[in-house]
Amino acid sequence: MTTHAKWGVEQMPNMSLNKIKMPEQLPDVRNKNFLEVALGYTEEMAKEEAQRCLQCKHKPCVQGCPVNVKIPEFIKLVAEGNFEEAYNKIRETNSLPAVCGRVCPQESQCEKYCVRANKGESVGIGRLERFTADWYIANGQYKVERAERINEKVAVVGSGPASLTCAGDLAKLGYDVTIFEAFHTPGGVLMYGIPEFRLPKALVQKEISVVKELGVEIKTNIVIGKTLSLEDLTDEGFEAVFIGSGAGLPNFMGIEGENLNGVYSSNEFLTRVNLMKAYKFPDCDTPVKIGKNVAVVGGGNVAMDAARSAKRLGAENVYIVYRRSEAEMPARLEEVHHAKEEGIIFKLLTNPTKILGTEDGWVKGIECVEMELGEPDASGRRSPVIKQGSEHVVDVQTVIIAIGQSPNPLIAATTPDLQTQKRGGIFVQEETGATSKKGIYAGGDAVTGAATVILAMGAGKKAAKAIDEFLRSKA
Amino acid sequence: MFKIVRKEALNPFVKLMEIEASYVAKKAEPGQFIILRVNEDGERIPLTIADYDREKGTITIIFQEVGKTTRLLGTLNAGDTLLDFVGPLGVASHFEGLKKVAVIGGGLGAAIAYPQAKKLHSLGVEVHSIAGFRNKDLVILEKEMNEVSDKVIIATDDGSNGNKGFVTDMLKKLIEDGNKYDLVIAIGPLIMMKVISNLTKQYGIKTVVSMNPVMIDGTGMCGGCRVTVGGKIKFACVDGPDFDGHLVDFDEAMRRQLMYKSEERQSLDDHTCKMGGGANA
Repeated sequence: MTTHAKWGVEQMPNMSLNKIKMPEQLPDVRNKNFLEVALGYTEEMAKEEAQRCLQCKHKPCVQGCPVNVKIPEFIKLVAEGNFEEAYNKIRETNSLPAVCGRVCPQESQCEKYCVRANKGESVGIGRLERFTADWYIANGQYKVERAERINEKVAVVGSGPASLTCAGDLAKLGYDVTIFEAFHTPGGVLMYGIPEFRLPKALVQKEISVVKELGVEIKTNIVIGKTLSLEDLTDEGFEAVFIGSGAGLPNFMGIEGENLNGVYSSNEFLTRVNLMKAYKFPDCDTPVKIGKNVAVVGGGNVAMDAARSAKRLGAENVYIVYRRSEAEMPARLEEVHHAKEEGIIFKLLTNPTKILGTEDGWVKGIECVEMELGEPDASGRRSPVIKQGSEHVVDVQTVIIAIGQSPNPLIAATTPDLQTQKRGGIFVQEETGATSKKGIYAGGDAVTGAATVILAMGAGKKAAKAIDEFLRSKA
Repeated sequence: MFKIVRKEALNPFVKLMEIEASYVAKKAEPGQFIILRVNEDGERIPLTIADYDREKGTITIIFQEVGKTTRLLGTLNAGDTLLDFVGPLGVASHFEGLKKVAVIGGGLGAAIAYPQAKKLHSLGVEVHSIAGFRNKDLVILEKEMNEVSDKVIIATDDGSNGNKGFVTDMLKKLIEDGNKYDLVIAIGPLIMMKVISNLTKQYGIKTVVSMNPVMIDGTGMCGGCRVTVGGKIKFACVDGPDFDGHLVDFDEAMRRQLMYKSEERQSLDDHTCKMGGGANA
């Protein structure tokens, strides 16, 4: 055995083909509580996993990261046990490491390009990022160096991942940044959408507090498009605006029975449970109704979150009703795996046609048909066709519709010269996030419709750079 | 934090509060609403804007103490603060081209109908206000309605104010007496708005009702407030709260209103228990 020169220490890479397993709550325990499922690495586990990194010179993993985290560099620091510096290395380009380490689809991003994945599993980059962020939250001393102030005001609309990233990057450059949030708590989808058991809310608030430390001011309870218009922001002296208002418009299926009592949009269901903490009712005042049997319609991460939340709220049988097969499911493999472990029942190639109600208007069942996969459609996925004579009724009392969200139309509706695309997203130049209106930028789900946290962060980052260039060219 | 600058009891169950919220006051128009939260674990509840003062930067809300949150709100006094207060939400009422309008408020609905009457009056429209209450002790805003209306009719279910009957009876009489209304605005319990809408449909008088369904965010995000209007799903928070009374599916709305009845009861019992009192607490 020879020493591995790249490490700079007397150490050789850990050639194990598999990632160090991350401890988790047992499925039968966790499906009854809202505590985090994954428990995270210990220091020893993190160091051992970090040693699986080969420190490739060409850093293929970084090209898979929308915010370009300096992956080999931070992993090297973890391997050396220098967790504080590892954290600082991540923070150079990523404002929300504890969030990304948990909810990024690493398997289709950084880890997809990992050389180790050619034979065995990739390095557990996400798990290491999570470990590093958690270690810092527990042990680190936040010492944020504020940049020299530039006397120019930038407004950021919404406080989800796109907005927090954009605001953080601009504040690092010294701009005077104010975030306007419609809800009473900042965080956007990180607070109202993703459940506590996947992303603890205390961590989200901790990461937001670091963004505030950079000098960002957050004003809650202000709905841009209602309380203030974009024009008002200009009048108040904001020289540029970033719109990161998210995908706040629930899609319904347009089938009979969608207004019966017991039918929720995933947005409503998750907001009640997460932001309003309905799982603590009656200690918290907002209730949520959950039947003995629950059908969640859809196959994305939001559907998995809703199904797993319903199970935790005491539903006996929770069904995922999805019209294509498992291979086409947009949800992350890990989420599907966790859902199955927790006892969620997958009704695949099944499409709802009608929600049935009792005489007094409560859900009593969902009528479905079975599907077969036909020819690939425009998205390349094989489109499902109805199997004759396959109508059947699933006995449920709650239906949660999780078939996607569209961009919130409130701002576009009150800003006549802001161009939108066919599906309602704000029209932007992809490289800069510039909208059709000078000085107004946008990014995240407000542009793309519901996508991922990390893509939104990437868009926020690009827009921050473009806003900086715009304001410099103006000066 | 949003400071309560004035509190008044309008009747034993209905209270008025004037709250400092300058951003909201700057934009508020009749027909719009706010969402407030009293404390950290509290619910977000929507309340219609009863009045606004742009110069003072205040919004007036009027509420009936029916559930846990409104009871809790009722225990606060001038000088106390609310944790959250957001608005103005919803679409403002439209009043273009009107000459003569009947504005009808049932119970607490009178508080929501009043700002509409006031605005119409300021635009030079002839306003007939009709307000209905269970008995004379529950009558609210009589003086205010008189100030902004060409005619005011107050009816009580038990006749204790000397005018027995429902608001529908009063409206019917006015129409049959030859009053030609361009518009009827009806605000109150769903059943009242339904009955009024059925009546005005017979006479072909355009009718606007104000819906107040369950909602969380008030910005179109949750869809909990969906109402079927003319066979289409609308969100009361962003498409309303005003809708054409002849197109609203009131039966569905009444059913949806009962969705959390048992939880509301549980919350209230819990609260009443903690407050150390019974019905009079």
